[in-house]
Amino acid sequence: MIALLLRDLKLALRAGGGFGLGLGFFLILAVLVPLGVGPDQTTLGLIAPGILWVGALLACLLSLDRLFALDFEDGSLDLLATSPIPLEGVVTAKALAHWLTTGLPLALAAPVLGILLNLPGPAYGPLMLSLLVGTPALSMIGAFGAALTVGLKRGGLLLSLLVLPLYVPTLVFGAQTVTRAAQGLDITTPLLLLGGITAGSVALLPFAAAFALRINLR
Amino acid sequence: MASLWEYANPVKFMKVSGWLLPVTAVLAAVMVTVGLVWGFFLTPDDFRQGSTVKIIFLHVPSALMAINAWAMMLVASLIWLIRRHHVSALAAKAAGPIGATMTLIALITGAIWGQPMWGTWWVWDPRLTSFLILFLFYIGYIALWSAIEDPDTAADLTAVLCLVGSVFAVLSRYAAIFWNQGLHQGASLSMAPGTRMDWSYKGPLYLCMTGFGVLFLALVLAGTRTEIRARRMTALLTRERAKG
Repeated sequence: MIALLLRDLKLALRAGGGFGLGLGFFLILAVLVPLGVGPDQTTLGLIAPGILWVGALLACLLSLDRLFALDFEDGSLDLLATSPIPLEGVVTAKALAHWLTTGLPLALAAPVLGILLNLPGPAYGPLMLSLLVGTPALSMIGAFGAALTVGLKRGGLLLSLLVLPLYVPTLVFGAQTVTRAAQGLDITTPLLLLGGITAGSVALLPFAAAFALRINLR
Repeated sequence: MASLWEYANPVKFMKVSGWLLPVTAVLAAVMVTVGLVWGFFLTPDDFRQGSTVKIIFLHVPSALMAINAWAMMLVASLIWLIRRHHVSALAAKAAGPIGATMTLIALITGAIWGQPMWGTWWVWDPRLTSFLILFLFYIGYIALWSAIEDPDTAADLTAVLCLVGSVFAVLSRYAAIFWNQGLHQGASLSMAPGTRMDWSYKGPLYLCMTGFGVLFLALVLAGTRTEIRARRMTALLTRERAKG
């Protein structure tokens, strides 16, 4: 599993892996929103938590369709399915690699974009914290969506249609954490609920995703 | 004693649904027509909301069926995954567009009522929001069915999506409550004593709700029959081509 994780990380980091793509998209979004909404600092500060979370979510979505598709096309997924590692483990390793190459960098870069969007001071810590806690759920749910659509030739658009509704609870609790922090309120409740969603997704969705992969590999 | 699973046999299902479909269709037409005419024309106006309140006779039954259609899809998907009855998977497929339409009717009638009453077509109220999200779930489900060519793969994958989607739909509902306090009133009908609605309204409302339930049954039967016939046609064509 560790070897598989390292392999996926290498593939993502080297040329053509699309590692910086999510980050670049996140940056562009943070630049486009003020251009669209107007440069008023108070307005930007009000909407910054939501924009940053929606941006992170969309950036996560970008690289999802490659999660299983490349391995499916060249047949390595068949090999992985017959290997001694259970397919659930393969899914988890791939989702983890996806998180390390998108979710984690997004969480680390988010405060910088927070400055661009005039995010209120007390919200920076909670922003990073909520992204660190919440993005694993995004990767895991995304892996499930990618497993569903892996056999399709044009799965990308359908994938976003399937995955985005599933992202709703994560987005709500994640953005609420940051919004409450920006207003100086207690963030424990939404943060714990967000953690609950992540824990539940990581515990259960590998089984659903592996089940979907087995159907697609039939 | 005859088992329920006998109807999982397509031939048996076609035979039974052949006479059940006209019966339920006529029953639904009568119930919905009588219920709506009774509700729209033969009930007194509400003393504060006037006649706008009467949209409840469309709004509540369609909202009820929007949720129940998903529940039915969930049960049918489970039956398909566990017992591999094709009729069950096809019934779930047939229920998808019907449920989506019911959700849309509930949303639109709600907007038409909300405009004079709340002064706006749309607010981001938890109930409204979760219904919109439910609609998105339906769209994803229907899209996945239509995107996959192999029928068994499609049935399997949509069933998994339905199971996972159910969990997340419920989560979204509670996330929406957490996210915003509502404008939508609580349930007007309740089994609890001291319910708030007068029988002059309850009568047609219950009739409409039952009528929509029967209507949903009739539509699912019709849809499932169409799917079974389409399956048979594909099988026939394949056999003919193999011969020729």
